[in-house]
Amino acid sequence: MASRLMALLALVAASLVAVLLPLAAHAGTTSPSPSPSSSPSAESSASPGASPSGDAGAPQPTIGPDETGINVLLTDSSNLDSEGNGTPIPDVGLTVTDESDQEVGEGVTDAEGRAIIAVPAKGTYTVTLDEATLPEGVELDSDTPSSVTVVARLDGPNNFGAFPIGVVAADTATFADKLAAALVSGVKFGLIVALAALGLSLIFGATGLTNFSHGELITLGGISAYVANRTFGLPVIVAGIVAVVVCAAFGWAQDRALWRPLRARGTGLIAMMIVSIGFGLFLRSLYQYFFSSSTKSLSQYTSQARESYGPIALADKELAIILIALVAIAAVCVALMRTRLGKAMRAVSDNPALAASSGMRVDGVISYAWILGTALSGLSGVLLAINSQVNFLMGFKLLLLVFAAVTLGGLGTIWGALFGSMVIGLMVEVGPLFGVPSSIKEVGALVVLILILLIRPQGILGRRERIG
Amino acid sequence: MDFTDIFSTALTQALGPNAIVYALAAIGLNIHFGYTGLLNFGQAGFMAVGAYGLAVTVVVAGLPFGVGLVMAFAAPLLLAVLLGFPTLRLRADYLAIATIATAEILRLVFGSVEMKDYFGGSNGLTGYSSVYKDLNPYSEGIDWGIVRYSRDDLWSVTVGWVLVALGCLIVFALMRSPWGRVLRSIREDEDAVRSLGKNVFAYKMQALILGGMFGGLAGLFLALKQSSVVPSDYSTNITFYAYTALLLGGAARVLGPVVGAIIFWFLLSGLGSFFGQATSGVDPLIPSWIMDDTQSSLVRFIITGLALMLLMIYRPQGIFGDRREIAIDGR
Repeated sequence: MASRLMALLALVAASLVAVLLPLAAHAGTTSPSPSPSSSPSAESSASPGASPSGDAGAPQPTIGPDETGINVLLTDSSNLDSEGNGTPIPDVGLTVTDESDQEVGEGVTDAEGRAIIAVPAKGTYTVTLDEATLPEGVELDSDTPSSVTVVARLDGPNNFGAFPIGVVAADTATFADKLAAALVSGVKFGLIVALAALGLSLIFGATGLTNFSHGELITLGGISAYVANRTFGLPVIVAGIVAVVVCAAFGWAQDRALWRPLRARGTGLIAMMIVSIGFGLFLRSLYQYFFSSSTKSLSQYTSQARESYGPIALADKELAIILIALVAIAAVCVALMRTRLGKAMRAVSDNPALAASSGMRVDGVISYAWILGTALSGLSGVLLAINSQVNFLMGFKLLLLVFAAVTLGGLGTIWGALFGSMVIGLMVEVGPLFGVPSSIKEVGALVVLILILLIRPQGILGRRERIG
Repeated sequence: MDFTDIFSTALTQALGPNAIVYALAAIGLNIHFGYTGLLNFGQAGFMAVGAYGLAVTVVVAGLPFGVGLVMAFAAPLLLAVLLGFPTLRLRADYLAIATIATAEILRLVFGSVEMKDYFGGSNGLTGYSSVYKDLNPYSEGIDWGIVRYSRDDLWSVTVGWVLVALGCLIVFALMRSPWGRVLRSIREDEDAVRSLGKNVFAYKMQALILGGMFGGLAGLFLALKQSSVVPSDYSTNITFYAYTALLLGGAARVLGPVVGAIIFWFLLSGLGSFFGQATSGVDPLIPSWIMDDTQSSLVRFIITGLALMLLMIYRPQGIFGDRREIAIDGR
């Protein structure tokens, strides 16, 4: 048992990324504004702040006159979130020594796994990690050094390098182990995508709208959970429930205030699609305005040790995420198949004109579709927040995968959305084992999206109808 | 509050290289969306292949600058063919999803660590623009008080507006031709055009290629003007901003995208500069608990999103457009 535990711990690779960054004058007290991702490839700066081609005004860390700092990011690369970033490891002690082994500074990683340690001048320093302060269940792999050498240069605000310490632990796992782990995280990720895809599918079915602001509904779930949890001090579970209710209310409100008037005006679907793009851009910037562009984590369940269940290892929170997602999806499917409202939704999705002439309140049914769809997407955001962290772009980054899932299964069909999501989730997580570069593991899923349009545009489970 | 400064910043940007990039991209989108009714949400992808076409040819392959320019036009052409083939026969929203996904694939691949040797990773590529820079006839920049350009920018502005003028001329000529009329009738009623014996697919493909090459030109110009190609410059938001510029000026109008890009950049940098000033200093106009420095640069994007929505709802024809021209719908 002990050896098995050690093998599992070996999987838990702690990676220490030391990022050199000119230290802003205030950086000692607050965290620096745009946090560089742990892996350089995950840069994905769709951040609107920096977008229009290097225009001035994008937040850049300012350089203090003579201040140099070492920025250390400590993440657990065995427990990646959907963006391929590891979970941060807080409260770990770090010491910085100069070339003559003289201690020049020390720091403790914060909730984001980050520590910024000021050093007196440019030069070569050694950052040492105090292994005794690592949280329970996280250990450095045997062939991982606990210290790293950092060369402090100060050329400009973009000059930072990454020095991972312990991502080599995967060498100790067999292919079967890795496959089992990838399958599990694929199922977990697939279920999170499935919730959002189900939401998108419900809304698409009822209104015919390809909603490009759907990603922001996922983010809303994550951010609401964060606010309820951190600002109002609710426990994460309660905060999650609050967030789903907030999302449901938002779904109703946006239908009532935006989409229903547009339908009443007879606005075309293409025009509505562009409106949804504007709405998404609006919400995204609004989130960034109030939430800032940094990545934050909830107060509980941030890093949990994994327990072994036969061939697979799961943290309690991962098990909970899988179960909650399964129950929610099953409940929605049963509701759609068995209840009167579900039947009405399917009828409206099939033929709105006929449904209206049969005496159904089409607008009411569409309203319910928005409420349910947004609540499901919000739930997916909450689960994503618990699984990894909260960021204003978390939903936008997921949006294309959700589209891929829905198109793969067949636009507007419930079973298709579920099937497509699982395929996409597994592809994204298992792909790296078969040679897909892990920094671009989403690309495979998007390529499948385009291939499926070429071969079977109605999707695997879609009905054959004229879509061209 | 220095309104002269705000105005001059806004005007300099509105006539500057950034506005030119958006004008070129929006001219391409105008051919796609305005004239043919194609929903290309991946213009950033076309821009990226244009820019990387040049940079990779010159920097990585070590070929002459001229070959790089040819590649910068060949790459978007190829992309348009590859993209159009599976999606042009399908409903409009499928093209939208496929193009946005392609743009994202390209950005991720160009920025990936694994392809660093070919595309330079997230730091991108530099060192291909010396030929372009050496052609610069100006000896110094200008400062007329209300508009200021450095020497490099002045050269880019000159080249850029010539390109935009040529682009407008091409679009003007093409859309007056029988070919252009077929495109517009495809936008209005595809089936009717088909029943007249026109090959709708071929026309759509030609429109996609032409508009995509304008996108490539925008990317090429961006690459030349800032002497570096960085994947984050080609994010999906760029496409959305270009759509905003197009809809602002008026789709299906030759000068619509150009005027739209100028107004878009005037407002964007004017608002940025206004809120920047309003939140800076010891006693800012807007107290810092409402808005701090970082937030002040975001207000304009909130407004951009809102503007795109309101434009599409209340004035889909934009400032100069004709409402009948833009009465498109999903088929």
